[in-house]
Amino acid sequence: MTPQTMAEKILSKRGTKTVFAGELAVVEVDNVMIVDSIAESVIEILETELETLPKYPERVSIVIDHVAPASSVNVAKSHQAARAFAAKTGVKLFDVGRGICHQVLIEERLAFPGAIVLGSDSHSTTYGAVGAFGTGMGATDIAIAAASGKTWLRVPESVKVNLTGELVGDVSAKDIALEMIRVLTADGATYQSIEIHAGDRFSRGERMTLANLCVEAGAKAGMVVPGGEILSMYEVPDWVYPDLGAKYIKEITIDLSSLTPRMSVPSYVDNVETVASLRGKHVDQVFIGTCTNGRLEDLHVAAAILKGRRVAANTRLLVIPASSEVLEQAMADGSLLTIIQAGATLSTPGCGPCMGRHQGVLAPGEVCVSTSNRNFIGRMGDASAEIYLASPAVAAATAIMGSIALPEDLPYG
Amino acid sequence: MARVWKFGDSINTDDILPGKFAPFMVGADVFHRYAFAHFRPEFAAQVKPGDLLVGGRNWGLGSSREYAPKALKKLEVGGIIAQSYARIHYRNLLNLGIPAFESSIIPELLVDGEEVEFDLETGRITRLDGTILQLPAPPEFLREALKEGSILEYYKKYQKFPGES
Repeated sequence: MTPQTMAEKILSKRGTKTVFAGELAVVEVDNVMIVDSIAESVIEILETELETLPKYPERVSIVIDHVAPASSVNVAKSHQAARAFAAKTGVKLFDVGRGICHQVLIEERLAFPGAIVLGSDSHSTTYGAVGAFGTGMGATDIAIAAASGKTWLRVPESVKVNLTGELVGDVSAKDIALEMIRVLTADGATYQSIEIHAGDRFSRGERMTLANLCVEAGAKAGMVVPGGEILSMYEVPDWVYPDLGAKYIKEITIDLSSLTPRMSVPSYVDNVETVASLRGKHVDQVFIGTCTNGRLEDLHVAAAILKGRRVAANTRLLVIPASSEVLEQAMADGSLLTIIQAGATLSTPGCGPCMGRHQGVLAPGEVCVSTSNRNFIGRMGDASAEIYLASPAVAAATAIMGSIALPEDLPYG
Repeated sequence: MARVWKFGDSINTDDILPGKFAPFMVGADVFHRYAFAHFRPEFAAQVKPGDLLVGGRNWGLGSSREYAPKALKKLEVGGIIAQSYARIHYRNLLNLGIPAFESSIIPELLVDGEEVEFDLETGRITRLDGTILQLPAPPEFLREALKEGSILEYYKKYQKFPGES
């Protein structure tokens, strides 16, 4: 047998024949995930264009997260339509407050090792954290997949990312991902799959951060080879692992021991600089949350830095847990209380202001440090606002200082 | 005649249609009026049916939002020529049946605001001085789909994907 990459193995196993990069594969889909912002379009394509309903309702999930709770009558009507469709067809519905789609699908174990998950959101690469082939698609692709239970894919070439050494100090999975995007660039993995070899390092949540950001290098899928915590949480079939000797289109190595905190500066994710070089710039808003960094481990990192300190006078800190489960755990273990006592504002689990729709939209000229995944012009509000992407540790330190800072810059609390 | 609207590299879907102007935010009947609202505010009011959009590398990166290209379809854009495309967006263009051509050279040659004749059938662009630019033919898989108008139309007709046995 010719050795295969992780993407080739999963698409071969789940399709009708053994496939290699460049070939066309038609595969069965384990879950089709639909978010609120395009739910009405998907329903319309299904009902009026394809004149059908989901073939396997149990394999379709609707998550109300992009603007939740509703911010206007228009949005409320689209949520209403999504709820009515779920009630009619029996597809799974995760309503307001349950959390961000990718977090919810992983918590609910609808994404699992070897699964093929299509999401109507580009950050569906996140499912690769648990060894699934997760990829984002638009409303029509999603509707056809719901109607037929399958999709077509060009089998991607793979980029191998080797991680060596161990992280030091306040450096996190986010910094690794930003460094990876800097090296690969925003279109360096277009049409390809990124296969991250991390050994037994990292929690499931940290692996989600790594897989999530793969799309920012253009990747179709981003997978972390199962190891460590994943092996104690899931049964991982042998056919999920890449073969020794598989062919990669590109290979890069990131030495974790020499990595320092990173930041994406306006207005592209691959504009990556060191946080140290940006220190001191005034920041109006800090946002900790999103599918990239709104998990329990992220809130723990923030709480440890915020403990006994106060957010700077001319800066506001918004915190949005990625899901109801994260919110509950952070409440139970006290980390949320610490965060609130430092002066943070809490909002409903969901996407929040990440794409500039509600809950913390930016005014002209404002500067935001965000743990999210995109810093495009106008992404979070006015076109003249600036977005800097960073880790939860850098975001928390920045909130205290009121300007871009590293945790090591803080006076003792 | 088609007007050339020239854009640079890395035009993302937030540029094409900012998230706050999504159909479920502002209404499915008016969202297309916000195409390039931040990036090129005069675009939506001035674009004419059949106009050509020309981009550099990585056209359409970012959010999977199909309503970004759908806004261009509602504005009856005649086609897009870019040096390369982001993959989700490229699939969205195929699904909506918006002609999308890939060429490394032609985007360099065309000038913003110039008027050209564009023949979709042959992929031929005729400039005012009479020079002809020939766009490369799309791959077989796509030609099969585009014969039906889009991948959606193909699927509706055959209940399978182009190239699926």
